[in-house]
Amino acid sequence: MPTFSLPSVLAAHIGGIRSVATTGTTVDGAIDALVDQYPQLAPRLRDAAGAPYPFVTFYLNDEDVRLVGGFAAAVSDGDEVTIVPAVAGG
Amino acid sequence: MSTTIDSTQTTPSVTLPELTRDEMVRYSRHLLLPEVGVEGQRRLKAARVLLVGAGGLGSPAALYLAAAGVGTLGIVDFDVVDLSNLHRQLLHGTSDVGRSKLASAIDRLRDVNPHVVVEPHEIRLTSENALALIARYDLVVDGTDNFQTRYLVNDACVLTGRPNVYGSIFRFDGQVSVFCTADGPCYRCLYREPPPPGMVPSCAEGGVLGILPGLVGTLQATEAIKLILGIGEPLVGRFALIDALGARQRTVAIGRDPTCPACGTRELQSLIDYDAFCGVPAGPEAEAAVPEITPVELAEWIARGDDFDLVDVREPHESAIARLPGARLVPLGGFADAIPTLDRARDIVVHCRSGARSARAVRQLQLAGFTRAWNLAGGILRWSDDVDASVAKY
Repeated sequence: MPTFSLPSVLAAHIGGIRSVATTGTTVDGAIDALVDQYPQLAPRLRDAAGAPYPFVTFYLNDEDVRLVGGFAAAVSDGDEVTIVPAVAGG
Repeated sequence: MSTTIDSTQTTPSVTLPELTRDEMVRYSRHLLLPEVGVEGQRRLKAARVLLVGAGGLGSPAALYLAAAGVGTLGIVDFDVVDLSNLHRQLLHGTSDVGRSKLASAIDRLRDVNPHVVVEPHEIRLTSENALALIARYDLVVDGTDNFQTRYLVNDACVLTGRPNVYGSIFRFDGQVSVFCTADGPCYRCLYREPPPPGMVPSCAEGGVLGILPGLVGTLQATEAIKLILGIGEPLVGRFALIDALGARQRTVAIGRDPTCPACGTRELQSLIDYDAFCGVPAGPEAEAAVPEITPVELAEWIARGDDFDLVDVREPHESAIARLPGARLVPLGGFADAIPTLDRARDIVVHCRSGARSARAVRQLQLAGFTRAWNLAGGILRWSDDVDASVAKY
């Protein structure tokens, strides 16, 4: 069961929750499970066609998922997926 | 791995500036570190660092880089010190409110370390001036507060071959990395395009923990000093994520993208229109594309007893700070869902803190066919200035 780690910019949309355990055997499948649980996150994680946004990055166990297979990368129990959208505050 | 900046690292030690007696005392705790020593301190003295922004991130970065003895600090900023800056921008004090940030920074940094030369650049960094300015420095510390300037700084650093010590903050989270080195990724490798305007709120809209830029800006200063000295493991190809609420710091691996138009294919050979790239309206006319009502006019409507609906698209915790009488609270995130509950046969005035979010709400109403929707120009801030000073500004 993979776990998502959410930044405060996304957590603000789900009552401040920063960590969510989900199901799924790929990163994409785990995101499906995450947005099933929290539909309000859906438009903030992927575009309408389900493709990655160029301004939201995902890390599987601290590796950029683009370097380890992208959304098709396999996930299993104990894996952690960290979501990091672009922010510009200074 | 040892990534260093070229201009100081390749400088023969015989041409590095000597340290004075005063400087030897001032930097004695550095000189005692074998990783710094006299030669390292002379490298710091020879170094030229450009800080883009003298705000939340620029404040701690400038203070620590000056204290550490970086010889020349260029600072780009054209803003003035506002009272709302002071909970996080420690370069500036209460007596500086209303002064230019650069004037305030010069005074403060001169007191921190009179051996440092501060070069003020009271300009907006643009595609026309960025390359020439950045080329005069060894590395850049990016402390800007908008996506347009972040992409501009990144691309200018790629084109000039200057490392970009990047930091960014929002609410309780911070990000730090070193981009644009010879062997590492750039910001575009990580985020090819910015989010559409309005998708990610600014710190002025979403808030930021005052101490967070202190954490992130000092990490940026640390990385800058490591690059100048050529010591340690710089954050090249790594992305540090700071979670102040969870008291956690995570460093994730990022990679260079061979298809990146800036540092990969190099198809980006000059700077572009970053407002257009980020989807930001080009001028005040574009910003004013929605019908507006001024706070004074709205006060007249209220005084006459005119029949209209007033909608507040801020968040509930903002409404707790200050509110206009009779406003219905509908946060912008749920505004689209609330549109069917609004009466298109009536005048609808929409407001927020500054007028930016409410303009987006009015655009949504226009797209839904509403013809009597008005944006309150300047929002709560202007209402407080022009109508009722007892309504708090924040």
